[in-house]
Amino acid sequence: MYDETKAVADDGAVFEFISLYVGEQSFCIELNRIREIRRWEPVTMLPHSPPFVLGVVNLRGAVIPIIDLASKLGFPPFEPTKRNVIIICNLGEQVIGLLVESVSEILTVDLSEMQEAPRIKEDANNTAICGVISIKDDMTRVIDLEAMMGIGEEPALNE
Amino acid sequence: MSGNSIRDIFFQECEDLSDALTDGLNEMADGTGDSETVNAVFRAVHSIKGSGGAFGLEDLVGFAHKFETVLDAVRSHELQADDNLMPILLRSGDVLIDLIEAARMETEINQEAVDTTLAALAEFLPDEDQEPEEEFSFQPMVLAIPDVAVSGAEEDTQAGFRISFTPARAFYEVGNDPLHLIAALGDLGSLEVIADLSQIPDDIDNSDWENGYLSWDIKLETPATDETVKAVFGFVEDLCTVSVHPMGTNGEVLRTTTPEAAVAAIPENGAGEPPSPEAPSKQDSEGDKSSGPPEDPAKTAAKPAKGPVKSPPSAAAREAKATLRVDLERVDRLINAVGELIINQSVIAQRIEDAGLGKSDDIQVDLEDYKHLAREIQEGVMAIRAQPVKPLFQRMARIVREVTAATGKKVQFVTVGEGTEVDKTLVERLSDPLTHMIRNAIDHGIEESETRVRAGKDPEGVIQLSAEHRSGNVLIEIMDDGAGLNRDRIKAIAVEKGIVAEDADLSVTEIDQLLFAPGFSTAKEVTNLSGRGVGMDVVKTAITSLGGRIGISSSPGQGSTFSITLPLTLAVMDGMVVTVADQTMVIPIASVSETIRPRKEDIFMLGVEHPVLQIRGEYIPIVDLGTALGHPARDIPLENRVFLLVRTEKISQCAIAVDGISDQRQVVIKSLEGDYGKITGISAATILGDGKIALIVDPDGIASAVSAAPMSQLPAQPSSPLTEPAHV
Repeated sequence: MYDETKAVADDGAVFEFISLYVGEQSFCIELNRIREIRRWEPVTMLPHSPPFVLGVVNLRGAVIPIIDLASKLGFPPFEPTKRNVIIICNLGEQVIGLLVESVSEILTVDLSEMQEAPRIKEDANNTAICGVISIKDDMTRVIDLEAMMGIGEEPALNE
Repeated sequence: MSGNSIRDIFFQECEDLSDALTDGLNEMADGTGDSETVNAVFRAVHSIKGSGGAFGLEDLVGFAHKFETVLDAVRSHELQADDNLMPILLRSGDVLIDLIEAARMETEINQEAVDTTLAALAEFLPDEDQEPEEEFSFQPMVLAIPDVAVSGAEEDTQAGFRISFTPARAFYEVGNDPLHLIAALGDLGSLEVIADLSQIPDDIDNSDWENGYLSWDIKLETPATDETVKAVFGFVEDLCTVSVHPMGTNGEVLRTTTPEAAVAAIPENGAGEPPSPEAPSKQDSEGDKSSGPPEDPAKTAAKPAKGPVKSPPSAAAREAKATLRVDLERVDRLINAVGELIINQSVIAQRIEDAGLGKSDDIQVDLEDYKHLAREIQEGVMAIRAQPVKPLFQRMARIVREVTAATGKKVQFVTVGEGTEVDKTLVERLSDPLTHMIRNAIDHGIEESETRVRAGKDPEGVIQLSAEHRSGNVLIEIMDDGAGLNRDRIKAIAVEKGIVAEDADLSVTEIDQLLFAPGFSTAKEVTNLSGRGVGMDVVKTAITSLGGRIGISSSPGQGSTFSITLPLTLAVMDGMVVTVADQTMVIPIASVSETIRPRKEDIFMLGVEHPVLQIRGEYIPIVDLGTALGHPARDIPLENRVFLLVRTEKISQCAIAVDGISDQRQVVIKSLEGDYGKITGISAATILGDGKIALIVDPDGIASAVSAAPMSQLPAQPSSPLTEPAHV
């Protein structure tokens, strides 16, 4: 997989993504936004937080808020277990963690392979997806972190 | 070396010099100073003037010059630093520091203050506007010149100066170039420069290039005064050895003999003056040789020569106490890392305990060592941030001078414990509250002289500002010997402003606490000093936000004392670890005044959902911390909870109900705002021994969730800082 996509790198920018699963759909996030991937651990809940904010965890001394990606994307929230993972990513100056069901692989994709996401209906869950990439028989959805977290519309996480 | 960095160094030096200046002036004012003190003050002003000139700060230099002239007269006993002169000297010190600050920030200065002070100084000037005769030579570090005492500016035949100049290692380290100084001298007249290469080691290739091996003997023919010449070196005077001697028309040093050396001359190409023909140049093919040690051929010629100028190592030895200027951010990063270390240590301890190893196991012993080391490192790192409160107190002395000048009251300001060290941030953030309280103390506390005399007191009031360490905290007290709090009036005002009910039966302490109520301001008329509508409540907010508390004690006719208790540092806090709805949380101990296990009969309901607690005949609202933080209400009856009595700004008192108290410990504060944002009722987070995050509760935020409290109907508290003029 990795090899065959690499070959197309000729005529433009090559992007690397990590693909992950949420609500039985495949999504992906740009690799250079991701700091690390950790196993799920119980969080400390935050009062008055929106439903998609699960709480905070201790990442080597830093207090990192954890977002339930499923609920943020409109899927029903699920009860996380040790088999689920947290993707720690950079969001501008902030660092946040995204709870996902699982991560699968690294995709190397040429820009031309990425299609703009078909606009079906403008709603919050839809703007989070900025494009789609077809892989064999399936399709993976590219997440735009800023759009998803509503960066620019302060405050980002808690309202 | 950019102009900026030199400028920075200049202002850093000015800071040190300002400190020396203020210290000296205070000693003179106390009468504890001697002639050396006057000299020190003079030197400070002189150095500021000298360096200021290099940056073209004309206002600063002009003022410093007048100031210096008066100080010189004091030094030579022409003037007495008595009660007439001393206040003006103190004020001049203030103005000079203001001028430096204005130059640094590139802001406008209050020209009126400068002018009045200048005028006041001028009255003491021996001969106004006349350049004082330089009877003294300001030579802070003359070395190697046999006849130091010689300074005769009286010589009429004087045609210039003979300057010997030896940069120390530090001179090069901060990026100075002797060439610039020599060029600056060249601007004053014609130059003849001879470099002394005798100190250059044989093994030139392996020697330390930052060491100053060179010194210069400079003949300067100039009509300029000795002071102007010295001003050239003013900026680097700590970094080199300079002596300036008047020189006769024939080039001989007046009454000083310096053996001529076999030296190689360095032509002064930067000054635009022709090199001296007498000294043949051996290396003029090379461009910028004065900045680096010259090459081999010169060395052999110079070797057998003289040794009078020989000093660089002593420059370092002269420094009484070496200090290091470090970027604050680096220190903070270190503090963070150490905080992690402490957390990590407790995580490991917990793990080992969970593993079931016995107390006598070797690893426990090692762990104990680890713990001690970690604590030691933490204390050491915290000490880096610790600063004496002295500068803060000096600023307050200034406020006292300003306020007494404005009110015409006579006040003696006493400080105790200036050396007490507290966190740097505390020093900075205490400035506004203390200013406000000192103003209050003079404006409202100290009576007019006549009133004082009638009351059988000294006409001069006393305000004492003290600081000390007490059981892991810093205690700062502001004590005045004024009239004390007028409690009847305080209550009357509180009633008038609707803060308390007219028939309220208040204890003395409760009346005193009314001072801190929002919207309370006792000044009958708004004076431009303290009655600015932002009352003591803002002071209290400021202190509480630093994790401290404030208290008052006062007795009529005897005066009042305000005591501020503050934590030693802001990075670590004493907290009470509590459980609420299965979550562990931390409540700052500073805000908890009491913990209570309630009895059922003390809990009453106010309507359907507002419980109140009866304590010593008083009813205070109960806040369920769990519900306040959005957890669903639970069925644990209130009497099975633990109540924490907190005093907050919005409500005088309230009882916060938690499920249980598990521990009391120091916690490292972690901000939530960077990655998440602000949460009502939560001030920050911390990491517990098991690596889990616990949220730190903000009792004020929690208390504001209660709406039915008697004091919460007050006008909204102005959120303005102390300095902002406000609404009343």
